[in-house]
Amino acid sequence: MAEKLLEVKDLFVNYGSIQAIKGIDFEVNKGEIVSILGANGAGKSTTLRTISGLIKPKAGQILYKDVDLAKMPAHKIVREGVSHSPEGRQVFGTLTVEENIRIGAFVKPSVDKDTLDWIYNLFPRLLERRKQLAGTLSGGEQQMLAISRALMAKPQLLLLDEPSLGIAPILVKMIFTAIKEISKTGVTVLLVEQNAKAALKLADRGYVLDVGKVTIAGSATDLLNDPKVQEAYLGKKK
Amino acid sequence: MDIFLQQVVNGLIIGSIYALVALGYTMVYGVMKLINFAHGDLVALSAYIGLMFYTQLIGLGVLPQPLVVVSVFVLTAIVAAAVALLVERVAYRPLRNAPRLSAVVSALGASMMIQNGIMLIWGPNITIFPSDILPAVSWTIYGITITFVQAAMIIITLVLMISLTLFINYTKMGTAIRASAINQDVAKLMGINVNMIIMIIFIVGAVLGSVGGLFIGMYYRGISFNLGWVYGLNAFIAAILGGIGNIPGSMVGGYMLGLFTALIAGYVSSSWAEAFTFILLILILIVRPTGILGERVAEKV
Ligand SMILES: Nc1ncnc2c1ncn2[C@@H]1O[C@H](COP(=O)(O)OP(=O)(O)OP(=O)(O)O)[C@@H](O)[C@H]1O
Ligand SMILES: [Mg+2]
Repeated sequence: MAEKLLEVKDLFVNYGSIQAIKGIDFEVNKGEIVSILGANGAGKSTTLRTISGLIKPKAGQILYKDVDLAKMPAHKIVREGVSHSPEGRQVFGTLTVEENIRIGAFVKPSVDKDTLDWIYNLFPRLLERRKQLAGTLSGGEQQMLAISRALMAKPQLLLLDEPSLGIAPILVKMIFTAIKEISKTGVTVLLVEQNAKAALKLADRGYVLDVGKVTIAGSATDLLNDPKVQEAYLGKKK
Repeated sequence: MDIFLQQVVNGLIIGSIYALVALGYTMVYGVMKLINFAHGDLVALSAYIGLMFYTQLIGLGVLPQPLVVVSVFVLTAIVAAAVALLVERVAYRPLRNAPRLSAVVSALGASMMIQNGIMLIWGPNITIFPSDILPAVSWTIYGITITFVQAAMIIITLVLMISLTLFINYTKMGTAIRASAINQDVAKLMGINVNMIIMIIFIVGAVLGSVGGLFIGMYYRGISFNLGWVYGLNAFIAAILGGIGNIPGSMVGGYMLGLFTALIAGYVSSSWAEAFTFILLILILIVRPTGILGERVAEKV
C-alpha cells in the first residue's frame, strides 16, 4: 500500500457567508502526481490556498506527514516541505528573476547551489534573463519562474495552480515536461488544472471538483475514459 | 552666490530631517498601504525622550560628553522603536483586515494620544534643548559657514541612508521586505513571516525618525508637543513627492523639499515657504501623479 503524504479530511472552507468547499476528502501518496480538475469557481484554488495556509478552513483536517496544517500559519507550512505556486503566477514583478528565485529559498539558511543549477537547467530561459525584472517576462516565462521559486524551498509536496493558464501551447508543453522531470526527482505534485487532457496524461490519479464537492475520483486512465469527464472537461460529445 | 550656497547647505540640513522622517511613512505605507499618522508624533516624542536621557546622563556625570551623546541616540532609538511596536500592536494589527477608513481613524487616534501624552508630561510650552550638547565648532569654506551640528546631521543622515539602501537591496531580509510590499500572501508562501516584517518596518522607521527628532532638538533647540504635525506634514509631503512606498523616492523627496524650502526662504521669504511647498506638491502630482520615483500602480494589477 502506498504511503500517504497528504490526507484532506472532511474539509469545509468559507469566504464570509459563501461556502466554497463543502466537505471534501482526498489524499496524495508519496511520489504521485495527483490532479484536481473542475470548472471555474469549483473551489480548486481555494483548496490549494487552504493547504498552504493562506486561508483557514471552517472545519476539517489537512494531515501532512501526521501534522495538521489546518492549524499552522502559512509561513510555517513552507518549512514543513509544502510549496505553492499560485494561480496567475504572482511573481514579484519589481524584483529581478534572480531575486525571485532566491526569495524562494527564504526558509533555507542559504541558496542551494545544486537546486539553483537544476532549475536553470530545467528552464534555461530563466538563466538568460536572470538580471531582468520579473514583471517584464512573458506569461510563460513568469510561470517557469513561479515554479522555480517554489522549488527553491526544496519541497516534498509541490502545489501547482493552473500552470497552463494563459500560456501558448508550445510553452505549456515545455512546462508539463518540466513537471514530469520534477516529479521524477521524488517531489510529490498536486496539480490543479482546467486543461484536463494535459493534466490527466501526466497524472497518476485525479479528482473532479464541482461547486465545492468531489464528484469523481479515480486513476488518470479511468478519468480519461469516464464519459462524464469526457463530456464536461475533455470537450467530447457523447 | 554666497546666499545660494548657504541656502543649499541649509536645505541639505532640513532635507536630512525630512528624508529621515519620510522614510518611516514610506516604509509602512509600502508594506501595509497605511499612512501611519502617529509617525510624526513619535518623532516629537523622541526629541523629548532624548532630552530627558541627556539631562539624566549629564546629571550622573559619569560618562564623557561624546559617550553621553551616543547613549542618548541609542536609548532614544530603543524607546522610539518600543513605542512604534506598541502602536502597531494596539492601533493597527487588530484592524489589519478591517476597512481602510477604520485604520485611518485609528492612526489619527494614535497620533492624538501621543501628542496629548507629550503635552500632559512636558507641558504645552516650548521646551529648550541645551546649546552645548555638541561642540560649538564651525568651519568657513568658500564663504559658507557650517557648524558641527550641521556637519554631523548631514553625515549621519547620509550614512543611515546608505546603510538602509544596502540593507533593503542586498540582504535576504531586505528582499523579504520588498517582496512583502509587493504581495503579502505570496510572501507568506515563501515562508516569510509578514507580521515580523511589519515589526521590522516599524522599528526601522522609528529608529530613523528618532534620529530626526533629536536633530530637530539639537539644531532648532525649541521643541513643542505639536512638532510632530509640522515636521510630519512636511516629511509626508516629501514622501509623496518622491513616490510614497518608494524608499529612494523618500530620500530624494526629502532632500528636494529641504532645498526647495531653503531657497524659497533665502530668495523670497520663509513665511512663503509653506505656500510654495504646496504649489510644488500640486505641480509634481499633476505631471507625475505617482511621485518622482513612484511606480505606476496599474502595473501591479
Ligand atoms: N476572496 C474571495 N472572496 C469571496 N469569495 C471567493 C474568494 N475567492 C474565491 N471565492 C469564491 O469561492 C469559489 C471557489 O473559488 P476558487 O477560486 O477556489 O475556484 P477555482 O476552482 O480555482 O476557479 P478557477 O478555475 O476560475 O480558478 C468561487 O465561487 C469564488 O467566487
Ligand atoms: Mg483557481
